[in-house]
Amino acid sequence: MKKKKILKDYFWIIIFFIFIVGSMFINYEPGRQIYINFEKFFIEMILFLPLMFVFVGLFDVWVPKEKVERHVGHEGGITGTFWIILLATFQAGPLYGAFPVAYLLSKKGASPRNIFIYLGAFSCMKLPMLTFEINFLGLKFSLLRTLFSLPVFIIIGIIMEYYLGKDYKVTQPENVKMG
Amino acid sequence: MFLSLLPSLLIVLALVSVFLYVMPEKTLSSLLGAKSGFLGVVIAALAGSVALIPGFISYPLAAIFIKRGIPLPTVAVFITTLMMVGIMTMPIEIAYFGKKAAFMRNFLSFIGAFIIGLLIGVFL
Repeated sequence: MKKKKILKDYFWIIIFFIFIVGSMFINYEPGRQIYINFEKFFIEMILFLPLMFVFVGLFDVWVPKEKVERHVGHEGGITGTFWIILLATFQAGPLYGAFPVAYLLSKKGASPRNIFIYLGAFSCMKLPMLTFEINFLGLKFSLLRTLFSLPVFIIIGIIMEYYLGKDYKVTQPENVKMG
Repeated sequence: MFLSLLPSLLIVLALVSVFLYVMPEKTLSSLLGAKSGFLGVVIAALAGSVALIPGFISYPLAAIFIKRGIPLPTVAVFITTLMMVGIMTMPIEIAYFGKKAAFMRNFLSFIGAFIIGLLIGVFL
């Protein structure tokens, strides 16, 4: 059963490698070019990924959720915003992975402003991803892009709170499975 | 965690490798390149909003764009909308935040991406 699952997971990869190896045999130029690209990406990926997973794992364990959430309510002020950005930057995953966390934060009394700042920071200031970005796009571009996005999503958070009202709450969806 | 991610990672790497080969330089640079000006930035923003590409693959893709001569502000707009605007994930977002909040957040993020692109253009 386990073998079947592995075969299913790797089906397209096996097809890809058959294509590559076949291309090598018959000297099919596009296949060779594609492999050269693949090799470059793979090496870059394998150098960076373990680092990222160690990063994510450690902060998942070290950052106590309850404690952080207590500081990001309406009274939290600038400090609360700082905490919420810090919380977001040490996480990883796609944006929709942050929605359940946003619901939790909202339920525990985080202000709408901080919740949307959290989403902003989660989407474009994640530190594990930043190491990756620097790897591919260079230090200057990555740092500047991150730096510029900071005021942008803080302003978005402020506008959102103004637009939705201070009492706005994120709701738990009824028919969407919780992450 | 890493092993469960590996298959999809390899597939995406393979796809990007193929994309890099198949996507002719001319098409890409005429769509998003310096000559297409502001329209190129808009196309990049729309593509970034609709596409659902994991972060770890958007950077190698963006690196391809830069190598193919796409202007840095356009690349910044593409990455930012990719990360902040999610048309495909809108139903999930609406379920949590409601229509009003979901539309507004995506709209503001879309505008925000242009501001970030503009700043990148000024400073780089």
